[in-house]
Amino acid sequence: MQIRATGGPATAEEMQAVDSVLGQPHSLWEGGERAPSDDHLARGGRETRSQRHLLLPVLHSIQDRVGWVSRGGLEYACRRLSVPPAEAYGVVTFYDRFATDKRPPLAVHVCDDVACKCAGADELCAALESAFGPSGPSGSHSGAAWYRSPCLGLCDQAPAVLMERSGMGHVEGRITHAEPEVVRGVLDGGEWPQAEAVGIPQPRSELRLLRRAGEIDPESFDSYRAAGGYSAFRRALELGPEGVIRELTDAKLLGRGGAAFPTGRKWDAVARTPARPHHLVTNADESEPGTFKDRVLMEGDPFAIVEAMTIAALATGCERGYLYVRTEYPLARHRIENAVGQARAHGFLGDDVAGTGAHFDIEVRRGAGAYEETALFNSIEGKRGEPRNKPPFPVQAGLFGKPTLVNNVETLMNVLEILNGGAAAYAATGTADSTGTRLFCMSGHVRAPGVYEVPMGTTLRALIAMAGGLHEGRELQAVLLGGAAGSFVTEKQLDVPLSFEGTRAIGATLGSGAVIVLDDTADLNQILLRIARFFKHESCGQCVPCRVGTQRQEEILQRVLASRGTNGREGDIALLGEIAQAMRDASICGLGQTAASAIQSAFVQLGVGR
Amino acid sequence: MATTAFVGLPKRMLAASIDGQDVSVPEGATILDACRGMHIDTPTLCYLETLTPVNVCRVCVVEVEGSRVLVPACSRKIEAGMKIHTDSDRVRHSRKLVLEFLASSVDMSLSSPEVHGWMQRYGAAPKRFGPKAATVAQPVKVDNDLYVRDYSRCILCYKCVEACGVDAQNTFALGVAGRGFDAHISTEFTVPLPESACVYCGNCIGVCPTGALMFKSEHDMREAGTWDEEKQTVTETVCPYCGVGCMLELHVQDNSIVKVTSPLDHSVTSGHLCIKGRFGFQFVQKRRGGGGGPG
Ligand SMILES: Cc1cc2nc3c(=O)[nH]c(=O)nc-3n(C[C@H](O)[C@H](O)[C@H](O)COP(=O)(O)O)c2cc1C
Ligand code: SF4
Ligand code: SF4
Ligand code: SF4
Ligand code: FES
Ligand code: FES
Repeated sequence: MQIRATGGPATAEEMQAVDSVLGQPHSLWEGGERAPSDDHLARGGRETRSQRHLLLPVLHSIQDRVGWVSRGGLEYACRRLSVPPAEAYGVVTFYDRFATDKRPPLAVHVCDDVACKCAGADELCAALESAFGPSGPSGSHSGAAWYRSPCLGLCDQAPAVLMERSGMGHVEGRITHAEPEVVRGVLDGGEWPQAEAVGIPQPRSELRLLRRAGEIDPESFDSYRAAGGYSAFRRALELGPEGVIRELTDAKLLGRGGAAFPTGRKWDAVARTPARPHHLVTNADESEPGTFKDRVLMEGDPFAIVEAMTIAALATGCERGYLYVRTEYPLARHRIENAVGQARAHGFLGDDVAGTGAHFDIEVRRGAGAYEETALFNSIEGKRGEPRNKPPFPVQAGLFGKPTLVNNVETLMNVLEILNGGAAAYAATGTADSTGTRLFCMSGHVRAPGVYEVPMGTTLRALIAMAGGLHEGRELQAVLLGGAAGSFVTEKQLDVPLSFEGTRAIGATLGSGAVIVLDDTADLNQILLRIARFFKHESCGQCVPCRVGTQRQEEILQRVLASRGTNGREGDIALLGEIAQAMRDASICGLGQTAASAIQSAFVQLGVGR
Repeated sequence: MATTAFVGLPKRMLAASIDGQDVSVPEGATILDACRGMHIDTPTLCYLETLTPVNVCRVCVVEVEGSRVLVPACSRKIEAGMKIHTDSDRVRHSRKLVLEFLASSVDMSLSSPEVHGWMQRYGAAPKRFGPKAATVAQPVKVDNDLYVRDYSRCILCYKCVEACGVDAQNTFALGVAGRGFDAHISTEFTVPLPESACVYCGNCIGVCPTGALMFKSEHDMREAGTWDEEKQTVTETVCPYCGVGCMLELHVQDNSIVKVTSPLDHSVTSGHLCIKGRFGFQFVQKRRGGGGGPG
């Protein structure tokens, strides 16, 4: 296709950024210099278009290098990949990660989400606002700008800040327990503080999935092997594909990404689908506010994820794996990339995986914000991260339209446990229907926030006690269980067993494992508004119930909380309930379907607005 | 009593039930196909026979027993044994809310009478979200002589994007940009149409259900208060420009052509034309004495 580019030439920097991903252009048709043969031979057909999946890597490269994506830069990328500019513009404006207006090189993202609010994020933002003006590129200051951000997955070290400086050597860093003076210093061009190391507060003896994190050197293959790495892989080879899947089914493993789908059944469906090739995708785009367990796993035990992906690939016939990792997790990405490289160097990935003759390799894809599984496929394919209507399900037609196995990081970690210890031993932990352990992300008003690993069925009360309980003299107001898509539970419900069926019985959900504890100092109205804003912001905008529903939900919630209802308080609360039902019933994906759940539970459980 | 819905060539037949009536449909038929075959009026906004279903508006949702959420009738294929309800409380509720969501944020005054009928049927009262409910109101984009874009009327049905893309024109001048409530139809970096890839085939106008995309001639006459569909006649003819043989419908008011369409079900065009058939009609109305028509 001919790409009409009228935006003027790309800058040398932008072209270098694009070429660093795609290599040099060979002809005029691909955006290069005109060569004599170009007058007779046109390029840019199917072969070029088949590289569409490189659009996001290219956009990341421009964004890293220049700090934003200009029209000339985008059009150069379009010519190189044969993507229509209007479509590419749709992609670049979809993801928060990319800017289409000129930005200062230093970007400081300040989390103002629920857990960070409990640790003074609002005060931090107020301090930055008075020093540098409002959040956004306009509040810029000597080559720097600050932006309010949804949860950065550092809730145990709140308030959290992520920094990046664009340029030749793009750098990223984070500030944990951020103090206003420190963030101000960074915005003023000062040194970046050293972030604290991750701590897992629990005694090591209680840990299974987490036992290596923090113990081994996460950058060393040998350290992983010495800690028992690849023993599950050896066991998988003994069992063979069907044996592996049988173990998972017998262990009754349910997916940890939120939907609690039986993992064995999913693997079996992919393995049996005749269409080829099969693709493997690991969902590491952890973005549910209050959730950070996958980050802790990737930062602390990256080789284990590579091992588990290899097992999954061999069991289900996948030759290519993608790990889509949240862009806000630079350290995790770096460690996973290193682990993939070392596993390949040791022959555990590539053309002949560990002498089995199987072919399997992993590509680490930097996310841009697409955590629902089908949105994630679209994102890898270089498209807007809009979720797809199901059916077809990923096991039938997923990534690139092929049968795809998609799993969450924590789910994969459980696979290693099951193979190492056997299904029966695994299923002995937890409850009859929810087996094994679960990682809970404890944040908010607890004394020792962090990731905790407990057997399924542990009560919420016990879990909060493990995390040190509330601060001296404080009383519990509510717990947000399962993140923004979850629901509020109260003091009276603290004895709920944290299992899939236990939470279901009280109308709650384990969700992503986020547990945000709110004491009597928390401003619940502000928290509810933040949740409403989160969904409005995260809505992809595709379907009407969610696109307009999340907008109306925020508008009306504001009225209700400020007691300025045009329909009267009761009328507005009822209207919110009606909106909630339509979003839950008619939205395409889980985001819209759960966009009202926490807010509705606040009305029902906590009597907010009465 | 079993009703048979005729919706295509003979294939394996599947038995299902809709609103308590047994129905048998060929494999591959959607719930919408079956509903139409049974004369169950089903609202649709983003669906068009000639385009790939995007199932985004959700006004066509129905209840399928055993499914946690409602499903879009326009794209969900019938499976054997499906029990479908098209008028349950949940269905009526979601359809009503979808219509209210749209009508409270978009100017739908130029949508078809059918749409207004659905609003009535489901009791949609868009005003109940309050006077400050956010809308997509914005100035009309008039950047060329052939057609205008009034995105304050856009319900984001994706039809224009599909018609400009692989479903018809393969020009890709339009895309969906932004996200959430800010999602909108746009050229790259919102450049005016003459700077974009647009070739003025007008196929996007042909599929737009809300009058957001409109012939400039129609727009100008509406502005001047002279647009009057009562006074218009439609003349069917074949495009004189090339040998393809596209069928044209010339909409004529006061002896001037005011817009051109082609029937959706026409075997040659499927409703789509090119710039010549769509806009190249001035020569017809070049009158002796040199006076030109408004087109
Ligand atoms: C709105 C929404 C957000 C989601 N976020 C995540 C996420 O952050 N991480 C994840 O692994 N799965 C997430 N999921 C679930 C995925 O769609 C998918 O079910 C999961 O990755 C499958 O893996 P599992 O079977 O191992 O749980 C989300 C789903 C929805 C609808
Ligand atoms: S529910 Fe929301 S996020 Fe999901 S497809 Fe619809 S608009 Fe997009
Ligand atoms: S007139 Fe044709 S080319 Fe132009 S935007 Fe509409 S469909 Fe695309
Ligand atoms: S401009 Fe018209 S066709 Fe295009 S999305 Fe909007 S309403 Fe649909
Ligand atoms: S990092 Fe701030 S809430 Fe998670
Ligand atoms: S007509 Fe079915 S979703 Fe729009």
